Order: sequence, then C-alpha cells, then structure tokens
Amino acid sequence: MADPMRIRAQAAGDKATVRVLMAHEMESGQRKDAAGKTIPAWYINEVSAALNGKVVLTAEWGPSVSKNPFLQFVIKGAKAGDKVQVSWTDNKGDKRSDEATVS
Amino acid sequence: MKHWSWVAALALLPGLACAQKTAADSIAEYRALLADGNPAELFEAKGEDLWKAKRGPKNASLERCDLGQGAGVVKGAFVRLPRWFADTQRVQDLESRLLTCMSTLQGLDAEAIAKTPFGKGEQANMEALVAWISAESRGQRMQLPQVHAAEQRMYELGKRAFFFRGGPMDFSCASCHGEDGKRIRLQDLPNLTKNPGDGVGFAAWPAYRVSSGELWGMQRRLNDCYRQQRFPYPGYASEVTIALAVYMGVNAKGAESIAPAIKR
Repeated sequence: MADPMRIRAQAAGDKATVRVLMAHEMESGQRKDAAGKTIPAWYINEVSAALNGKVVLTAEWGPSVSKNPFLQFVIKGAKAGDKVQVSWTDNKGDKRSDEATVS
Repeated sequence: MKHWSWVAALALLPGLACAQKTAADSIAEYRALLADGNPAELFEAKGEDLWKAKRGPKNASLERCDLGQGAGVVKGAFVRLPRWFADTQRVQDLESRLLTCMSTLQGLDAEAIAKTPFGKGEQANMEALVAWISAESRGQRMQLPQVHAAEQRMYELGKRAFFFRGGPMDFSCASCHGEDGKRIRLQDLPNLTKNPGDGVGFAAWPAYRVSSGELWGMQRRLNDCYRQQRFPYPGYASEVTIALAVYMGVNAKGAESIAPAIKR
C-alpha cells in the first residue's frame, strides 16, 4: 500500500485551490541499477479528482513526471466544507485515494 | 500562482530591469516555486508516525527520547543541537542522539544502523524522523549551547576540521565555504565561517533533494561534502561530523531554521 497523499484545499471567492503531494517512486523505466539491469517502469498513469463525489479532473500521466509529484489545480464553485477526493492508479495496478475538506 | 504573476510583471519591465536579474534571483525563484509542494512533508508525516510507533525488540516508541529539552520534548530541540548530553557523556547531534534513543529505548542495534547505507532500512526511517523533528522547530532561531567544556572543545575541533586541507585535490571545507560570494556553476555557496543568514547553510538542512528524491540529514550532507573533497568517508555519527555541525551551528546563531528545506 502506498503512503498517503497530502492534500490542501483552500477556498477563495468562488474557487478553491487544491494542492496535492503524492508519495510515489515514479520510476521511468530508463534507468539502470548498479548491476546494469534496467529498473522496471513504475509510475502513476491515472489521476482523478472529485468534488463531493463528482469528478472534476482526470489526467493521464506517464514516466516523465517527477518522483513524489506535486499537483495543483483550481476548482470553480467549491466552497468551504466541500470534500475533495484525489485518486491515482499506477501501472502496476496499485491505487491510492485520499480526501480533504476545503477550508 | 503569486510567483507566476510576478514573473509576468517582470517581463513587462524595460530590458534594463531584466538584465539586473541575477542567477541567484532565478534560483531563489525556482526554490520558491518548489517550496509550495516540498515533498519533505511526506517524510514529516512518516516521521511523526515513526516517533509514536512501538518498534524494536523492546516494542517501545521514541516518545520518551530526550533530545535535550527533557524526555519527549520535540519542539525547539532541533535548533539547540548538537549539545552535551550527560547520560552518554558526549556532544551529540540529532542523528547520533536518535541512535542512542533507538538503542536504549527500542533495543535496536545502533552500530548496525550506522553501517546501513543512506536511504536503506533503518536509515530511511532516520530520514523521516529528522524531517519531522526539524519541522517541529521550523521558524525558530538557531541557538546552540556553548556552555559545557565539551561543547567548546567540539567547536574548536570542528573549526580545525573545517579548515583542514587534504586529499588528492588539497581541499578543505573552507576552500568553498570560507569566503562570501563563491559559487559552483550557478550554485551560490554560503560562507559557513560566519552566520550566512536565515534559511541558508546550517539553517537549511535537513532538506529534500530534488535530484535524488530523498531527504538528506546533516550526516548525509557532510558525508557528501567529504565525497566531493575526495576524502575518505567520515562514518555515520562520527565525532568529526558532529564537531563540524557544532562549528557551523554555533556560527549560524540567530539564523532562522527553515528545515526541512528543499534543494535542487
């Protein structure tokens, strides 16, 4: 099981800025280990975010995204008390989902 | 977002103003952008859990560990380390103190942990612990004690180690960090013989290294300094690394700690 994400969601006016920090190796599949063997690719390939259960963002990611990725986006119409849920799936099928409340 | 609008505003200024933007400004800008999503936070969360988790042969947590401010007090401990500890009769930095606590409280093998490569096994846990403990003192000012004779001795020892030249390139720490305004490529180097300022030098470690995606404690940072000088590795939690930390830490008195910071 992957480590939890850190999600911060702050409302300002009729928008909320969401900042997400994910814990993931994001191994590109291009690197080699000390023995010269290729390290297998292992990266997040699907990200989605939902506001009170309604999907507001989906993204397809690839091996070029950095280790421990940081994602920031703005949701229109979100207000304090709303729930923001962020989920990802990696290419090994591992999943992680975390929730935060807009403040 | 704030930073982007600032960049846009800058682009509108006449050419002269743009030309005055130095490499250091660009790096500061880059750091400010990164700091918003500093992955050190992930390590902090892990470290807090580790501090409270019952582990080791004695199945105990670190919550009774004395970091110098009394058993279990974490807030404010980081900016007062390294310091003298009566129970071990040694001057210890955060990491060597944690080794002591891990062996006395939890029954873990301190020697084995010291020999573990950085980022592996218990050393990975150490990274998380130093991230959380340093974060608990974020914003406080460095104030290492120099009361005990051993602390003063370690300062003198650290000063000598700092200026000691050797190795195939005849380097010392002072070769790069002994004057103002030095740099390696685009990287500004702090002058560690005096207080380099808030959040610079000693007051900016531990830090998350973007290039390796790992959190580096002071021990690992110093280990890498020795590698760059082509010196033999000093050994984890060895006396010379603690002495250097005392020297740099005392020099940085009054500087605001931003640890765990983020580095390229």
